[in-house]
Amino acid sequence: MALEQDMRTCSITGLKVHKPAENLIKANAVFAVVCMLLGGVLALAVALTRWPVTQRIIDSDLFYRALTGHALDMLIAWIIFFEMAGLYFGSAVLLNGRVAAPKIGWLAFILMAVGGLTINYEVVMGHATVMFTSYVPLQASPLYYLSVILFAVGALIVCCLFFATIVKARLDGTYTNPSLPLVTFGLACAAIIAVVTLAHGAIIYIPTLLWSLGIIQHIDPMTYRVIWWALGHPSQQINVCAMISCWYLLGTLTVGAKAENQKLARTAFVFYVLFINVASEHHLLVDPVISPAHKVWNTGYVMHLAVLSSMIHALKVPAGIEKALRRQGYNNGLFEWLKKAPWGNPSFSGLMLSLLIFGFMGGITGVIFGTEQVNLTAHNTWRITGHFHATVASGTTLAFMATTYYIVPIIFQREMVMKGLLKFQPWLFGIGMILMAGGQMLAGIYGIPRRHYDIFTFGGNPLTVAWDPTAMLFMTIFGVGAIIAILGGVIFVLTVVLSIIAGKKVA
Amino acid sequence: MSISAPERVWWTPVDKDEKIWVTIALIFCLVTFFMMPFYHVVGKQNTSSESYRIDPAEFEKRTELFIQQSEKVGETANGLPIVKPRGEDVYLLARQFQFEPALQLEKGKTYRFHLSSVDVQHGMSILPLNMNWMVIPEYDYIVTITPTTSGEFPIVCNEFCGAAHHAMLGMIIVK
Repeated sequence: MALEQDMRTCSITGLKVHKPAENLIKANAVFAVVCMLLGGVLALAVALTRWPVTQRIIDSDLFYRALTGHALDMLIAWIIFFEMAGLYFGSAVLLNGRVAAPKIGWLAFILMAVGGLTINYEVVMGHATVMFTSYVPLQASPLYYLSVILFAVGALIVCCLFFATIVKARLDGTYTNPSLPLVTFGLACAAIIAVVTLAHGAIIYIPTLLWSLGIIQHIDPMTYRVIWWALGHPSQQINVCAMISCWYLLGTLTVGAKAENQKLARTAFVFYVLFINVASEHHLLVDPVISPAHKVWNTGYVMHLAVLSSMIHALKVPAGIEKALRRQGYNNGLFEWLKKAPWGNPSFSGLMLSLLIFGFMGGITGVIFGTEQVNLTAHNTWRITGHFHATVASGTTLAFMATTYYIVPIIFQREMVMKGLLKFQPWLFGIGMILMAGGQMLAGIYGIPRRHYDIFTFGGNPLTVAWDPTAMLFMTIFGVGAIIAILGGVIFVLTVVLSIIAGKKVA
Repeated sequence: MSISAPERVWWTPVDKDEKIWVTIALIFCLVTFFMMPFYHVVGKQNTSSESYRIDPAEFEKRTELFIQQSEKVGETANGLPIVKPRGEDVYLLARQFQFEPALQLEKGKTYRFHLSSVDVQHGMSILPLNMNWMVIPEYDYIVTITPTTSGEFPIVCNEFCGAAHHAMLGMIIVK
């Protein structure tokens, strides 16, 4: 039968894998890793410039280009390309179905790849030294805004394709249960948030493109900030939803967690969709125009129900793991299950480190810094940089790395190489990031600014700041952590690339 | 399994353990929510709610007028005039790449700072206190400040504003 020729049965999971879906996953995952490599090189340049030991290793112009590129490659390209691969996996593969329209999937991939590469080109050439946020009236080249739009349109198409693929799985009869699997449900929530987020992106980036072309004369800087953060903040909630879906996925794949009683977990995902998009004003707490009442309502009430969601998942994920391990017989005392857990499996240790760092370092500091008064002492300092390096740069990235160790055998049908070295990868990356993000947050308490080339001599300005020596200590710890984390990143990229090229074929 | 179809009916009663945890979490959320408006009322450090739209050229004119009307008490190492305001209104203008003028304030006196930029967005970070506000062009952002410690307080720009962003400084002296 012609229809069956494009399907194969996965020897590991028993799932039916649609070949075009497999190819789309491969393309997006490879690009994700390539972008992480680019972002990692820039990370090294940025970290060594700010580390007191090697301060100002590159000149200021290059530093600001590297910082802009680092943020775009890591926060946008690596994460979103990986999520696109995840959406194909969660829809076509988990539902045993076919991608609704593979050609449109390839069109989306080309849009995103061209957009992503052009962004890198524009930033490296110095045509878009505007930082990740590109606050107006600071202006980048029209091509920069255009390539951001192309990338976003590509991502939007993949989200639509994800929904269409779910519908197709039902129409084809490959998936008949009225409820989606929990992982697909979580990814669907991520995709819903993505559509809303990308709509805000269109509302702000299209006029900004026209402004850079001279067609629109003026963009109000506050309007830009409000709408840009309706893109910038919720885009991180797409990551949260996708990361938590990965947590549930990894719980099942590593120890066979069952996700019992899905009522709470699913309700918590729905809370994310309903409440988290509105919390974006915590980026604007020390801005003019918006009233404190509005800021408190936006960042307080609504965000804290989203916090409730996170706290529910923080119980459900480890509880599922504990129950699974207890079922395997690790029942002695309170913690035998934890001691006997498969810590040598990089996917398991990656999952646990992701949970810990995301929750305890990232989530808690997020709630604290999002408070009106605390924000006065945190806004635009390194505390903020430390916060999101604990959330998305450690938590989400570790979860995605841990998932990659399954994507390679399931989708690329290759075994991971250098398994001995891989055991250490999540630990190196995780501990490096704890030191790095922790160093940033603690140095930020002393007012060390973010996005700053030279806090040591201020470019030779005779006015200067006498920093507390403690801040320098934390900045030194930051640099040590950054180097360890980058080493962990190198091992990840290296082993994944080698495995795809030369790994043993999975039978 | 979280990757396969759930049971036909998954909307089942929640375990006791889970109920306890959700209750604790909800209480935590409500307390943190309540604290923000509560502290806004009882606390002494809040963000400001007063701001006006203003033309950058007009703001520059008002700052020049403010400098003229204030008492000039010296000059900083980088040539900025240090002015001592006569009234409660203080103008602080941000431009690529400095904050002007430098200010000499009296300890214990309350001032109304007018913050704005004549070009791009800047960030005002008063150090070593670590107090931060955004400085946005086209908006006159009014922040009420009462200095309580004497000394020199450099201002660092902490929003990227262009090539020499890292050289952008200002100064507040409290006597």
